[in-house]
Parts: sequence; C-alpha cells; structure tokens
Amino acid sequence: MVQASLDGILLGVLFALIAYGMALQWGVMNIINIAQGELVIMGGYIAYFMYTAGIHPALGIIVSPIIMYFVGWFLYKTVIYKVVDRDLFISILATFGISILTQQLMNFIFGADVVVAQSNFGTTMLFDNSVTLPNAKIFSALVSIIFAIALVMYMKKSRLGRAIRATAQNSRAAKILGVDTEKVYAATFGINAALCGVAGSLIAITFTLHPYVGLPYTVRSFMIVIVAGLGNLPGVALSGMGLGVFEEFADYILGTEFRIGSVFMLLVFILVYRRFKLSRKREYLK
Amino acid sequence: MYKFSLVFLSALALLLGSISTSFSKVEGDTIILGAAVSLTGKYSTNGKHTKNGYELAVKRINGRAAKVQVGGKDYKFKIIYYDDESNAGRAAQLAEKLIKQDGVKYMLGPYSSGLTKAIAPVTEENKIPMVEANGASRSLFTKGYKYLFAVLSAANQYLEVAIDLAVEKNGGKPVNIAMAFEQDAFSQDVRLGIVDAAKRTGSKIIIDDKLPKELNDMAATLAKVKATKPDVLVVSGHSKGALTAIRQISEMKVDVPMLAMTHCDASKLAKQHGEKSEYALCAAQWHKTLSYRDKYFGSGKKFDKDFTAEYGYAPPYQAAESAAALLVWKDAFERANSFDTEKVRDALAATDMQTFYGNIKFSDAGQNIAKPMVLFQVICDGDKCENKVVAPTEWASAELIHPAPAWSER
Repeated sequence: MVQASLDGILLGVLFALIAYGMALQWGVMNIINIAQGELVIMGGYIAYFMYTAGIHPALGIIVSPIIMYFVGWFLYKTVIYKVVDRDLFISILATFGISILTQQLMNFIFGADVVVAQSNFGTTMLFDNSVTLPNAKIFSALVSIIFAIALVMYMKKSRLGRAIRATAQNSRAAKILGVDTEKVYAATFGINAALCGVAGSLIAITFTLHPYVGLPYTVRSFMIVIVAGLGNLPGVALSGMGLGVFEEFADYILGTEFRIGSVFMLLVFILVYRRFKLSRKREYLK
Repeated sequence: MYKFSLVFLSALALLLGSISTSFSKVEGDTIILGAAVSLTGKYSTNGKHTKNGYELAVKRINGRAAKVQVGGKDYKFKIIYYDDESNAGRAAQLAEKLIKQDGVKYMLGPYSSGLTKAIAPVTEENKIPMVEANGASRSLFTKGYKYLFAVLSAANQYLEVAIDLAVEKNGGKPVNIAMAFEQDAFSQDVRLGIVDAAKRTGSKIIIDDKLPKELNDMAATLAKVKATKPDVLVVSGHSKGALTAIRQISEMKVDVPMLAMTHCDASKLAKQHGEKSEYALCAAQWHKTLSYRDKYFGSGKKFDKDFTAEYGYAPPYQAAESAAALLVWKDAFERANSFDTEKVRDALAATDMQTFYGNIKFSDAGQNIAKPMVLFQVICDGDKCENKVVAPTEWASAELIHPAPAWSER
C-alpha cells in the first residue's frame, strides 16, 4: 500500500510537470498541443545523447530545457503563429502534423531502438526493505517540484510573466496596452517546450525512450489539465499526483490490464460530476 | 486524333506492362523474390536486420559456382524490396503491388508477426508461396494457410523451456509463476505457452498481469512480485518491456530466483543495462554457438563473423533466421526443378534440411517443427556481460546459475 502510494506520487509529480506546460500554453494561446509528448521524448533524447557522450544524464535537466526552448520558439515561428486565435481544430491538426514529423525525425536521427540512460543513483529502502524507492524517481520528483515552483514565481514576479498572464486574460487589451503578444506567444511556447525538455531528461533516467512513445504523455497531460482546469497551476500538481496514485492502486488491486481503463473511468466520472454541479449552479442563477 | 493516340498509347503501355510482368518471376538467369520490409517506422531496426540477413544470403548463394540449379541451368537470386513503413496496411498494399504489378511469384516475409499477418492473406489469395522468418505468432498457423512457411519456432514455444528448467531445479516439484505480458499478439502467444507449461507441470500461476502497450512502468506488478515471492518471473513486452523490467527490478531490488524474458537480444539488454541484467534468462531463436552446420555459411560462428565483417555489427537472431529463409528457397527450387509455383510450394512443404540456423521441417500448417528454442543467461565478468546458452543442455556453453543471488549480495 505504502509502496503503491509513493510510486503513484512520484509518477504523478513528473506527469504534472508536463501538464504544467500544456496548461500554460493552452491557457495563453488556446492551443491543444498534440505534439507535447514528442517534445518530451525529444528532451529525453538530448539527455540520452549526453549520456552516450559520457556526460551524466541528470545534467540533461539543465541542457535540455535550454535547447528545447529554442526548439519551441522555432516551432512557433514556423507553424504555430499561423494557428493562434484560430479554430481549436486547426491547432490540433497542425500540432498533430508536428508530432508525426518529430517522430520520424527522431527515428531518423536516433534510430528505432528502445534506449535507456543510466543514472546509477541507487535505491532508498524504507521500513526494513519492504518499501523500495529508486533514487532516480525521487530526484525526478524533486526536480519537477523545483521547476514548477520556479515557474509560478516567474509568472508572478517577472515582466515577461506578467505579460504572459495579461495576454492570457485578454490578448487584445494586452496588445493595446503595449504588450508584444507575438513575443509573448513565442516565449510561452518556448517555456512549454523547455518544461517538456526537463520532463524528458527525467524520463530518460527513470523510464525508457523510443521515438514513438510520446502519445501516452500527451494524453496523460491532457487529462490532468482537464481535471484541474485551465490556469489552475496548484490544481495541476494535485490532479497529477492524484491520478498517479489512483493509477498505481488500480494496478495493484485490479490488475495491470485495468490500469489505464480505470483512469479513464475516473475522468468520465469527474466530467459528469462537474457538469452536474454546473447545471445545479445554473438553475440557482435562474 | 490527339485523344485517340493517347488512348492507344496507354493501352499499349498496359499491354506491354502485363507482358513484361508475366515473365518477371524469372528474368534471364535471375529468380526474382519480393519482400516488403520495414526500413522506416518503429520496426526499422529489426527491418534492417531482416534485410541484411536476406542480402548476405543472396550474396553467398550467388557467389558460389553452383548457384540455384533448375533444369540443369544456373540461376541467381534477386530481391525486390519495398519499405512498408512498419505499417500493416501498407505492407498488405505492397504485397499486392509486388504480386500484381511486379509479377513476383515468390515472396519473403516482412518483420514482425503483425505485418506477416497482414501479408499472408494476400499471398494466399494469389497462391504465391511465402517463406517468412520473422512472424512467430501462433495465429499464423491456425488459419489453414497453404502457402506460408515459417523457418522460426512459434511464439508459444519461446519460454516453455524456462518453466521446465525451473521445475527441474525445484527437484521436479511444481513452481509458483508470476507473469507480465504486453497485450499484443506475440506476447500473448508467449503467455499461452507458459499457461500450457504450467498445466503440464502442475505449477501455479499466482500473478498474471497484462501490460498495456503504452505502458512504461511496471512498478505495481513488481510490488506484487515482492509481496508474493514467486519462483519464476516471466516478462514479455518487446524491447521496451525487457528494458523497463530490468531497470525497475534492479531499482526496486526485487529478488526472484529465476527471471525469464524475451527480446534481450533485440534490446541489447546486456549492453544497455550491464550488470543489472545479470542472471536474466532470455529466449532466442538462434545463438551463434549452436552446432548446426551447412555448406553456405558453415557454422553459426562463421555466420556471425561474416555478418559482422559485412555490416559492422554482430547479427541478432532476426538476421540469422532471415538468411535461413533464402537457403530454404534455394533448396526448394532445386528439388522442384521447376518454376511452377505449385511445384515449388510442394517442394517447400517437403523441406527437411539443416542450416547453420537450425533444422528446418514444416508442419502442415507451415510451422518449423524441427528446431527447438534456446535459452541464454546474461553472465557478467566484471563490466563485460555476455549471453551464454544454458538450455537445451546439448548446446549449453555455460552452467545455469540458479537461484539468482539476492540483490543484497550483488
């Protein structure tokens, strides 16, 4: 039980970090990024590349976001700027295209082998060795939390952060008041890609990498954002952890085959419950 | 007039096309074989191994003084390749194209059970014999296909040996089995083999997890393994499953006397995880140290050497079995002494030969029943980890280490 809860929390925190980026750019630019998972995997490959060059892959959490920021910025300048403020469906199509392109590109550059980067961080044993926690996972959770807090602070305190928040609230008004929304959009997409880069390099040392495994990360972060709601960053962290724990328990009690199914059941339940609550509120307003 | 000449020209082109294709199965002194292989997409690595295996065998057969002798004449092999993009729909389309447009009369298989399953109905419908080397799923041999011949052992045979071995090491008494298999055709076939072996030996299955395809995390399954302490843990989920299992077993310090897996070769387990993968048992179709022989490649070791010299990496079993498929074709053409597809098919069905890769003899369903699977164990000497054959005992190059030492003692 303790093992399952801790595993769930550690997993959830990592997913929450990916969902953070998605919530941010969804909220600011109204874009659903299907290529989110591919950006994560790309970040992971940067850490893996460092690992093969003899550098410790954990340092990927510094190098990968820097490179990925520019990848995100580049993607904005070439594709995304055309679909901001357009129909949501168009943004889904455009990012779907990006996702296929990046998959094939990674396959071309890194090959179709499944790879892992070794952190050799060891294991923490608790309660007379009955609970074992890989240090790599603990490290991942800590790094995710640090980056998440840093992002919230940055959003609150910095000039760009304020501009981003202003643009998210009302892009037209922000533009009138002198905010360069183009720049804000590019930076937002870049920050999202950078967060994916961090998450990717953590995944390289905790799980496995393959050019075609991005989709589950997209779906998971999408779900977390839906549960938490847009612009609710603490909610994203909580729902990430909650889903992680729920998933591990479903696996432990019902069996692995019910793991993903039960998470989706929970999602349906939450959405129905939300609608129910909303409709009651509406009646009251009448 | 312009329109008329255009119609006339296209009709002529069609006519010429059909004439040229009806003869293209054998052009001059060359026998044309067709293959859709994954050169891009998620199977591109194994697709490359498959193609390299085919190519090396073609080169070897064509390089001999007596190539393929049919009707007293010498013929060469040539293969037309298309890239199926690791996509089943595309593979079936390309099989149609090879047969209908290129006029290919003899086919080689693609990589993976899924793609072979997509192509087999097309070759069956057109009565084109196919020798495949990379589709192991049991369902390929239960549909009554008459033109499909597989040189490899079926998926359900992969890990049966491991259960027998565990029972033997347990003094002939039944064992407790924990298993985790991905939900795909191949892995589920491996699972059926284990279920049969458990029934046969009276062993008990205490954990039976089905891993979703997109799963990257086995922590919950391993937590169950820690709590129930089985005698054997069996995992199959392609390369990702093998790498995830070793990573998490070593991180969570899960002690289990025997760990049996598939895809250790393909995932380069010993290289990527090093000492962490030590003592893992892996199923393989072939290993270079096996003592089979033939006159084209000599022995497994010789094949390993030649392949490494040609392509710059050691051949995984996917390459070896692909090369063996060409040897089967050559043998069948010579025995049929004809290019008639029916005669060649009958000759294929009567195949009974030894190759460097193993003995080959097909059942009525087209499955190779003459070759057992081998089990190797990852054994490390310092930092250097190697796969050593431990079962069946007649080919064993090392003694099985059982039970695997606890993590606290490593």
